Amino acid sequence: MKCDYCDNKATVFLTQLAEGQMKKVCLCESCAKERGVTDPTGFSMAEMLLGNFQKTVSGAVEPQGSVKFMGSGKICPECGFSMEDLQKVRRFGCANCYKVFANELAPMLRGMHKGTTHLGKVPVGLIETHYRQLRIEELQQKLEQAISSESYEDAAGIRDEIRKLDETEVAE
Amino acid sequence: MMRFSTLLKHPADWMIGSDEAHSAVITSRIRLARNLRGHPFPGWAKKGERAAILDIIRPAVEDLAPMKDGFSRELSELSSLQKQVLVERHLISREHAARTDGSGAVIERRQSLSIMLNEEDHLRMQSIRPGLQLTEAYEALNDLDSELEQKLDYAFDPHWGYLTTCPTNLGTGMRASAMLHLPALVLSDQIGQVLQAVNKIGLAVRGLYGEGTESLGNLYQISNQSTLGESEEAIIRRLERVISQVASHEQNAREKLMEDDPDMVADKIGRAYGVLRHAFLIDSKEALNYLSLLRLGGNLGFFAKETVNLCDSLLMDIQQAHLQLHAGMKLSPEHRDSIRAEILRSRLQSLDSPYNFSSGHKADRPDSGDQPD
Repeated sequence: MKCDYCDNKATVFLTQLAEGQMKKVCLCESCAKERGVTDPTGFSMAEMLLGNFQKTVSGAVEPQGSVKFMGSGKICPECGFSMEDLQKVRRFGCANCYKVFANELAPMLRGMHKGTTHLGKVPVGLIETHYRQLRIEELQQKLEQAISSESYEDAAGIRDEIRKLDETEVAE
Repeated sequence: MMRFSTLLKHPADWMIGSDEAHSAVITSRIRLARNLRGHPFPGWAKKGERAAILDIIRPAVEDLAPMKDGFSRELSELSSLQKQVLVERHLISREHAARTDGSGAVIERRQSLSIMLNEEDHLRMQSIRPGLQLTEAYEALNDLDSELEQKLDYAFDPHWGYLTTCPTNLGTGMRASAMLHLPALVLSDQIGQVLQAVNKIGLAVRGLYGEGTESLGNLYQISNQSTLGESEEAIIRRLERVISQVASHEQNAREKLMEDDPDMVADKIGRAYGVLRHAFLIDSKEALNYLSLLRLGGNLGFFAKETVNLCDSLLMDIQQAHLQLHAGMKLSPEHRDSIRAEILRSRLQSLDSPYNFSSGHKADRPDSGDQPD
């Protein structure tokens, strides 16, 4: 993989969450050193770099201020909990917040637990739905793979299977 | 309705039982966190919402078979002293004791099951057992949880599992822990090493009253940190393995101390006995440390076996809130030290002096203990 700033081999990879989206920057050692990434002391460094990155890669100049760590002003419609609340207390407002702030949850969970998928008890009433939804998740991943490898016939089959599973859920 | 005094009249079940094979393990505890769908979590809910949530969960919890003749109160109905007593008994958390309206506590008569309502999560259920019995404690709590899930609409996500206020509890919502008494590892300076190793494999080590508390009386809590990506059984299995390893390290350290330096051990236990039996003023730190040695003496055969359970009950009874409850009034620190000493003297009155292993009078030896001749 090449460095985003020059044509040397990239050895430093920076992943940053901004506006609920994952942004990756790849750098070679000298570009990394030049920008002080090898010893990051805070997020301001990453913010600055992401700003620069956007300028160089997309050509469009993004206002520096909009690239804030996890700052997009999202609010949970069910309980009114905001992104700022989440940043402040590192806890959620209600069960629905887990859907609203799904993108913010992933980096919070990094290193916190053994894994990222629940493998424990499932309430009896939800067992069927539970396994169907897990199956749909699995199929969706396969679908993406099939599309990226351009095996469209497989993709169509997988899509139909997902549709069928979705319908059984609605029917219940 | 069960009275507070009735609840506390008897020692908790876990104070009576014992685990011969793992004498270093005092109790095993499991805690499950659960929330309702469609309601804000307690910390984010407004006063009226919290009351509405309590109205949904409290009747469901009180209706559970083990809770039917149990103790149930809204926290605003309890005095701060009563709440503190429940904290000292590990029946509610320190954080929960600070709450009033809209929060509650439901406790089984035998005190082995307790449920906090509107703590950090809508439901925090707990099961305590004596000795190393994490699986048994989990089974009892799991039954309770399965009964509750039929009445309450739990917040559950197929990918994330049980949804909790704090993502550190996400997934199983389960915290499994054991309280260990590790005096020989402390005396032989091995404790740091052992605890570091436990920490390294992703388990948490804490003092007597959980997070941020000092370790007194050589008591340590070991618990899981990860709640997501593993089944309840897997978490418990791993924890049980580590705990029994630590317990056997402690056992080996005890045997080695008795072999290498029996006089030092006898001296420490004898002095603890002397102070506890004859002191007129004793603060809780000193008392806990001497009770720890007395308990060790019970395990090593210096005293009759029952001494171990006696120490475990005294551990609760000499704490601040228990003392004030006993005295029936608010006590100044000096007054507390005097009442604490009085309780210790009277409860230990009939305890014979420690068996003298070096004197050779084998006939005097109490018929107990696991110390080899």
